[in-house]
Amino acid sequence: MPILEGKGVTKHFGGLAAVSGVDFHVDQGEVVGLIGPNGAGKTTLFNLISGALVPKPGTIRFKAENITGLKPHRICKRGVARTFQSVKIFANMPVLNNVLLGALFGTSNNTSSTDAAREATELLEFVGLSAAKAIPAKDLTLANQKRLEVARALATKPDLLLLDELMAGLNPTEVAQAMELIIRIRDRGITVFMIEHVMKAIMSVCDRIMVLHHGKKIAEGTPQEIATSKTVIEVYLGE
Amino acid sequence: MNATRVDLEKVRIPALLLIILLLLIALPFGRPGYTVVLVYTIVMYIILTMSWVLFSAPTGYLSLAPAAFFGVGIYTSAILGMTFPLSVVICVAGLASACLALLVGALTLRLRGIYFAFFTFGLVELIKHFVLWYELTFTGTRGRFLIPVDNNTIYYVTLAILVALLLTTYLIRRSKYGLALQSIGEDEEAAAHTGIHVTLLKVITFAISAVFMGAAGAIWAIRLTYIDPYIAFDINNSFMPVLMAIFGGMGQLYGPILGAAVFSYLREILITRFSYYYMLLIGIILLVAILYLPNGLAGLIQTWRKKAWGGQHANT
Amino acid sequence: MITFLNVVIAGLLLGGLYALIAMGLSMQYGVARVANFSHGEFIMLGGLTTWTLYTAFGVNPLVSLAVCGPLTFILGYIIHRTLFKRLFVSSASPDIFESNSVLASFALLFIIQNIASIAWGPEIRGYSYLRVPVNLAGAVFGANRLVTLGFAVVIGLAFYLFVTRTRMGKAIRAAAQDPATAGLMGVNIDLVLALCFGFGAALAGIAGMLISLCYPVHVIMGQEYTIIALIVVVLGGLGSIPGSFIGGFVLGIIGSVVTHIDPGLSLVAYYLIFVLLLLVRPTGIMGR
Repeated sequence: MPILEGKGVTKHFGGLAAVSGVDFHVDQGEVVGLIGPNGAGKTTLFNLISGALVPKPGTIRFKAENITGLKPHRICKRGVARTFQSVKIFANMPVLNNVLLGALFGTSNNTSSTDAAREATELLEFVGLSAAKAIPAKDLTLANQKRLEVARALATKPDLLLLDELMAGLNPTEVAQAMELIIRIRDRGITVFMIEHVMKAIMSVCDRIMVLHHGKKIAEGTPQEIATSKTVIEVYLGE
Repeated sequence: MNATRVDLEKVRIPALLLIILLLLIALPFGRPGYTVVLVYTIVMYIILTMSWVLFSAPTGYLSLAPAAFFGVGIYTSAILGMTFPLSVVICVAGLASACLALLVGALTLRLRGIYFAFFTFGLVELIKHFVLWYELTFTGTRGRFLIPVDNNTIYYVTLAILVALLLTTYLIRRSKYGLALQSIGEDEEAAAHTGIHVTLLKVITFAISAVFMGAAGAIWAIRLTYIDPYIAFDINNSFMPVLMAIFGGMGQLYGPILGAAVFSYLREILITRFSYYYMLLIGIILLVAILYLPNGLAGLIQTWRKKAWGGQHANT
Repeated sequence: MITFLNVVIAGLLLGGLYALIAMGLSMQYGVARVANFSHGEFIMLGGLTTWTLYTAFGVNPLVSLAVCGPLTFILGYIIHRTLFKRLFVSSASPDIFESNSVLASFALLFIIQNIASIAWGPEIRGYSYLRVPVNLAGAVFGANRLVTLGFAVVIGLAFYLFVTRTRMGKAIRAAAQDPATAGLMGVNIDLVLALCFGFGAALAGIAGMLISLCYPVHVIMGQEYTIIALIVVVLGGLGSIPGSFIGGFVLGIIGSVVTHIDPGLSLVAYYLIFVLLLLVRPTGIMGR
């Protein structure tokens, strides 16, 4: 049962089609990867799903409801959370407050401040940042800032988590930790849709992979199928 | 032993504020006349500055509208002052300013910050022109007169507005909305994706700040006794709060208060001694503050405190 | 018919002036990323300098173009090189630079206006040059207005072509799009940004000189023009110099029509356009 469905999703910037006629779906409980060369339209697709941009034309449905054209905060409250390629944390706030905001505002019911504080603390522990809770977010290492972004996203109690290049800029140890975090998130029942360039991670963690090129979907299948697909190899895979 | 020390810390600041408030309430009895006028003038600037800070500091949106709201308050007082009691006039003034703010906010706050700065910069001039045209065309007057009220009343009303403003600021800051406002200033897109209705929050906060500016204008008008569009809608009343907030420093709560107090006192001196060079000096001070005092006086004080106490309170 | 011609010529005149001041501001905001709220003060300086040169030294206002332009250019260049460049370096992000530069431009507004006050006093100044009636298809115009119109359009067009057709213009547009990359491509970014700011100031000074030919000038005249320039820049599309050119004429013609109906309402009309723009198409005519 698709938790997320897109039909004919298109977005033009000036004369250029960043995303063109993409049909996609993500089933509940899956971990789906989104790959493609730089400029293929991956982040744009995420922006279209999260509400930062509006598809024109095209429709996107989440949990069988049409979310096309809704503002980001409404889509968030419905259960879609995301992280950003350029880690967008609230730099001058303490780590705990970053996550607290997600708990306080990210759901459609009013969370009390005590509940929110408790949830935030739990999530910091889940991602491994308990020790840092009073530190200003800008003082964290890149890997920890990414963990923080994930914690904040999880605080909004999402059913679907969009991860945009979580592993970018991480060393091999950190990549392994990130992969493990994704699996733990999946085990919590959250569906994951992730953009990634780190092939090792995509191949081992994902159930299914989608490939974009020049804004169009050119291939879709299991990691095995994608790794051996002629089209994909031609276009992209070299690692 | 530890318990008593913590209690003292918590009580210290509210106690200090209470003492200051009591002193201020008692002032007109001890030192009437000029001192009262000086103090309520300073309080007026503090109100304008703190209201400006309420919205512009956390969100980072530069509002140049204070003069517009202040002027709306002034004109409300002039128009209604003859027929309605003071308390009604002040409430209506606050409401009228809030309505204007809601309009301006709904229009510009869904767009990038620079549109907001552009729009609010010209807003004062626009309203001035409009009121002038309207008065000349329909009412047949250029200016209006107001019934004077004794200084002590003006003083206490101004003080009451300040207390209300400080209370509101404190409550907002402590609440989840205060945190949300801060996040908007940090990264608006991320805030929106965290479930915060960014535009609504900005517009409402903007309107709340306008309420106090309008109320302040309404009571200030009475002091002026004669007003016209040029007096009421003076762009200086937009520059001054901004300058005072920056000069005082927006990192700490007391920064803008300090800035407004120091600056309005400075202003009185500068205006009498150096009226020729007044704007020039203000401009230079603003430039110096922007270039060399990014955290204002309060920032300077914080740095001194940190140096004086060494590494003791490093983690606060 | 005569009224129509009057309104059209007045509209083109106003439009030419608006186009100049808007293109100047667009240079400063679009390229150097400085929203210069003291733009109007440079206009004022141009106007009052021309007045002084004419009334005190008998210098032909059209000749003082050669003084106003370079003078305001140099002033703008120096201000950018010293103040705004410094602010840019010390600002942690482009957003912070944007608000800091707005505040710095206020400070400049105060400083320049006060200095001008001291130099020229608060009185409204005017002079009479070329106020010779010219007959055009039955309607009578002052020669000064026609000359102003001509100059505004020619200078505006020349500048427009400079930006769109020449190599320097290309460098400027590259710098506007992406200063960092332009720098890597061999463009001396510091120089280009300061030059652009200077050009912007020069256009303001020249506009001031032209304004003084037709209207009285005084020390506080700048602000209204700054506001108009801001509106035209938004109308044309933030950062688009061609857009400011076109937008200037659009607003000028609207202004002329409104002034014909009721002179006190022109700024109100401009703001209504501003409101409409923000509601319907904030990116403006040429905005992306």
